[in-house]
Amino acid sequence: MTARGPALGRAPARLLVPACVGVAFLGLPLLALLARTPWSDFLTRLTEPAILDALRLSMVTSLAAVAVVTAVGIPLAWALARVEFPGRTVVRAFVIVPLVLPPVVGGVALLSAFGRRGLLGAPLYDAFGVSLPFTTPAVVVAHAFVSLPFFVLSVEGALRATDREYDVVAATLGASRWTTFRRVSLPLAGPGLLAGLVLAWARALGEFGATITFAGNYPGTTRTMPNAIYVELQNDQQAALVLSVILMLVSVAVLALLRERWFDQAVHGPVRA
Amino acid sequence: MRTRTPALLLSLVATLALAGCGGSDASSGGGGSDQETGTLTVLAAASLTETFTTLAKDFEDRHPGVQVKLAFDSSATLAEQVTQGAPADVLATADERTMQTVVDAHGTAGDARLFATNHLQMVVPRDNPAGLKKFSDLERPGVKYVVCVDSAPCGKLAATVLEATGITAKPVSEEVDVKAVLGKVELGEADAGLVYATDAVAGGDKVRPIDIPTSNENLNSYPIAALADARKPALARDWVALVTGPTGRRVLADAGFGKP
Repeated sequence: MTARGPALGRAPARLLVPACVGVAFLGLPLLALLARTPWSDFLTRLTEPAILDALRLSMVTSLAAVAVVTAVGIPLAWALARVEFPGRTVVRAFVIVPLVLPPVVGGVALLSAFGRRGLLGAPLYDAFGVSLPFTTPAVVVAHAFVSLPFFVLSVEGALRATDREYDVVAATLGASRWTTFRRVSLPLAGPGLLAGLVLAWARALGEFGATITFAGNYPGTTRTMPNAIYVELQNDQQAALVLSVILMLVSVAVLALLRERWFDQAVHGPVRA
Repeated sequence: MRTRTPALLLSLVATLALAGCGGSDASSGGGGSDQETGTLTVLAAASLTETFTTLAKDFEDRHPGVQVKLAFDSSATLAEQVTQGAPADVLATADERTMQTVVDAHGTAGDARLFATNHLQMVVPRDNPAGLKKFSDLERPGVKYVVCVDSAPCGKLAATVLEATGITAKPVSEEVDVKAVLGKVELGEADAGLVYATDAVAGGDKVRPIDIPTSNENLNSYPIAALADARKPALARDWVALVTGPTGRRVLADAGFGKP
């Protein structure tokens, strides 16, 4: 896929120099973070119950959010990519808005909808006594709210990029639309799907504003890693650094695991048969 | 990065609007006792939102060509920002411990001065969904109350008060600052919250205050200091003088703050 050949000539400095600035801009803060981390007592801090609690909670809630996002995100992306229906642009706008919404605003919006006094939350509370804020499920809701758009856009893009002819051929061979979706469209969109999963998960793992606004902040139930980092930043800088590095290492490790050919394909575009 | 309740968002907007109305013609000069004009940046504890917003208006009236830019947050966050070199002229915190971290880092110009005290009060939503009548009702099963995170002064004070009164029930959330606690109660998401008496006043009729036994023994003292790296040192001194002077006393007392 990379173009090699003598005809193109040397890469111009006016492109290479800003590119290097970009790399340094992204890399330097990460290296600085590693340089300031108290490595000598890293392991002892790593096993502190407070840190383990936050890490466990972050893992559980971000993965649960990814499950929710997958369950509703794939059908939504498929509908946007394959079904002609009136108001599709409006639906897509609804999907994109949370992407550009400041997370804190997302948190306030979630409170307005699912809070104890919220549009949907109030009847729910009156009927069943169920109240979402300050609970772990509220963290999952906040995570899913901010990460769903990433997933849907990624999968929709992948579905659109694969040739529609395959769907048509499957239909002429007698496949129902459900079978076509399951056996043809979805596998072809695989790399984009995986990229969407990774994006959604990473977004959920790092989510702070909507979580602390909607779900609150209490150790064990709602204090995720980013919340813990925020709290420790005011308390104990060293602990905040350790937490930050852990979160960074976890993210990088997952990226590295998935990097293999699937993710590369997702970045470079879908495979042509 | 910052988390804000709608209430605080509103007050910030109001602050910005006020600041915008202030010194629009920056070159008028010569009005005040000193020649400094431009923007004075004041960092203040969230609990000072209403009083400092009022005082900023007063300050701008006395200093033509000066705009006061106010930033409110948890004292711990502000102290951290100052020690990390955030550009600001004055810092006012809600306890001496957070100010001390700045003094220790040589971040203040001279000593900090105490200008007010505050005590905690319990607030419940206006319709009081959990039917709480006294402070010890927090112990009733199923009551959801929120406090400040313990790195913030209001959280430290809450921990002290809960211990002094022997309350063992745990809060459902530790909010980043006192306005976030008030917001959760105003919205009715929490059954109760522990806030400063002044925030109980600021909450108006959206919340109802309930007194806490021992709270007049457990007080926070508010220090204020001009900062070592102030870009407007003379204005910074003037601001400190305004807050610690008779006008400041009056505005603070009206809001429910105690004398230092």
